[in-house]
Amino acid sequence: MFYREAGDFKTNYADDNQTFPIKFDRYRYYALMLFAFIVVPFLINDYWVNAIFLPFLIYSIAAIGLNILVGYCGQVSLGTGGFMAVGAYACYKLMTSFPEISIFIHVLLAGGVTALVGVLFGLPSLRIKGFYLAVATLAAQFFLVWLFNRVPWFYNYSASGQISAPERTVFGVAVTGPNTSAWATYLFCLVLLTIVGLIARNLTRGMQGRKWMAIRDMDIAAEIIGVNPLKAKLSAFAVSSFFIGVAGALYFSVYLGAVEVGEAFGINQSFLVLFMIIIGGLGSIFGSFAGAAFLVLMPVLLKNVLVGGLGWPTDIAAHLEFLIVGALIIVFLIAEPHGLAQLWRVAKEKLRLWPFPH
Amino acid sequence: MTQVPADSYVTEDGRTIGPTVMEMKNITLRFGGVKAITDISFDIREGEIRAIIGPNGAGKSSMLNVISGFYVPQEGEVWYKGAKRPAMKPYQVAQQGIARTFQNIALFEGMSVLDNVMTGRLRQMNANLIQQALWKGRAEKEEVENRAFVEKIIDFLEIQHIRKTPVGRLPYGLKKRVELARALAAEPSILLLDEPMAGMNVEEKEDMSRFILDMNDEFGTTIALIEHDMGVVMDLSDRVVVMDYGKKIGDGTPDEVRNNQDVIDAYLGVAHD
Repeated sequence: MFYREAGDFKTNYADDNQTFPIKFDRYRYYALMLFAFIVVPFLINDYWVNAIFLPFLIYSIAAIGLNILVGYCGQVSLGTGGFMAVGAYACYKLMTSFPEISIFIHVLLAGGVTALVGVLFGLPSLRIKGFYLAVATLAAQFFLVWLFNRVPWFYNYSASGQISAPERTVFGVAVTGPNTSAWATYLFCLVLLTIVGLIARNLTRGMQGRKWMAIRDMDIAAEIIGVNPLKAKLSAFAVSSFFIGVAGALYFSVYLGAVEVGEAFGINQSFLVLFMIIIGGLGSIFGSFAGAAFLVLMPVLLKNVLVGGLGWPTDIAAHLEFLIVGALIIVFLIAEPHGLAQLWRVAKEKLRLWPFPH
Repeated sequence: MTQVPADSYVTEDGRTIGPTVMEMKNITLRFGGVKAITDISFDIREGEIRAIIGPNGAGKSSMLNVISGFYVPQEGEVWYKGAKRPAMKPYQVAQQGIARTFQNIALFEGMSVLDNVMTGRLRQMNANLIQQALWKGRAEKEEVENRAFVEKIIDFLEIQHIRKTPVGRLPYGLKKRVELARALAAEPSILLLDEPMAGMNVEEKEDMSRFILDMNDEFGTTIALIEHDMGVVMDLSDRVVVMDYGKKIGDGTPDEVRNNQDVIDAYLGVAHD
């Protein structure tokens, strides 16, 4: 009823290959994009941007990146925090060394640097798999954080050991530093997320995505049909790290403004992004968005309800928040081990037939 | 009637069998002290259906693994298309045009049937990462062209109705067919089938036999297959290699093999006195 696909025929393969093959889906997507780009910037204020939109957009980029590696290529990684730190510090060094160049270029270049580092730490994946690989990437996490803490060149010899983002502009509008406006930072991150989302979707629906999934599902069979495991795994590490690096650069420069590496990019960060894709759904771009939204929005929502709505003291609310989010994660994983993306798929299946049961 | 080249011949049912595409020369394969294959030579000719048979543990699957590059034999040479093949990784062998299926199905369970078969077109799709990321130019064109070819294979193997179903949900017989589709989509110069009919009932075996014969007939695919069902082997194949305890004990047409005393002994046992 709500969800019509009857009468929506495809007469060529290009139509059948599109991201949203069903017309209803496609129009809903266009409407959402229009809303996000044209309406939201006029409505948001500093609170909404900093509490909800920026973390959601930035974590979505990171989650898409990690999902390519873990969900699509099947290589478990616990180094996300470390790779985000690489993106952040690369961005910082670029911002301070070449202040006249647009921050947009810096963020992309920071992604490129992270891709190289990711490939380097991806090399062990050729020999080891599963949990053992996870442990190897954990080494990357600790090593990278240690490196950025101990080598003063990375934080430009600042006394505090922190890095802080100077003011940089895109088309004359400040997106980093103290004098930013809410809509500018929001749009900047939204543009990057849109680019990342489109690239990720294109890669995963084409041959490269099939190669990654082939390696994930059965690496021996993948090799026998001609997938070069070295190239497939390293390309997954490169693309994934590129996205995570972009996320790290934005997290530091646009969202936080100043970071201390151990605090902002510690092992907690790695687990957070990993939980996002597990809850959202491994091997699904939509799942990356859903997982990021869930883990960013849920704490904010709970805080508003408990403190704002019920008037509880903040400290009790903060503890309870942990408990409830934790319980919800368990409930979700028991109800649907394949994540929110699978729940969404099931809901769509049901809506196709509603109100009839068959 | 067209002239048949000197190195070719025409079978009774009118198919032209071409020159040798692959030749195994004195292959010996050892695992530590165990000899899996001892000094075996045979050839595969273009357009023929070549069967490898033998009792359990005779080394048939090992032979197939040598051809597809999983095992590197200690002695002997593999000649492919008139040149000696250097030691290669399995994916390089695949890129040379040798496709195979497995005894235990090796499909990508999380992907749809269509995506599984599309992976078979790897060799024909060369768009680089940037083109694929933008879904422009070569990447877009290749997706559509190869999809059209894959649809032909899907029609041929009669799996249209499950095109978008995840492979993990399919029953065994269909999985076997999807695996065959994936191998066939690669347009291989040699197709290796490792027990394509294992675990099937009579009806499914008949279907599979029909597909194998049609494949050979319509696409001219050269096929090397391992099979236990004697009736099937004798009906399908042009020439048969018989192995026992890693040695070759017979090689020839089904009729020659059937009357070979060594083969009869190996299969029926021989009285020791």
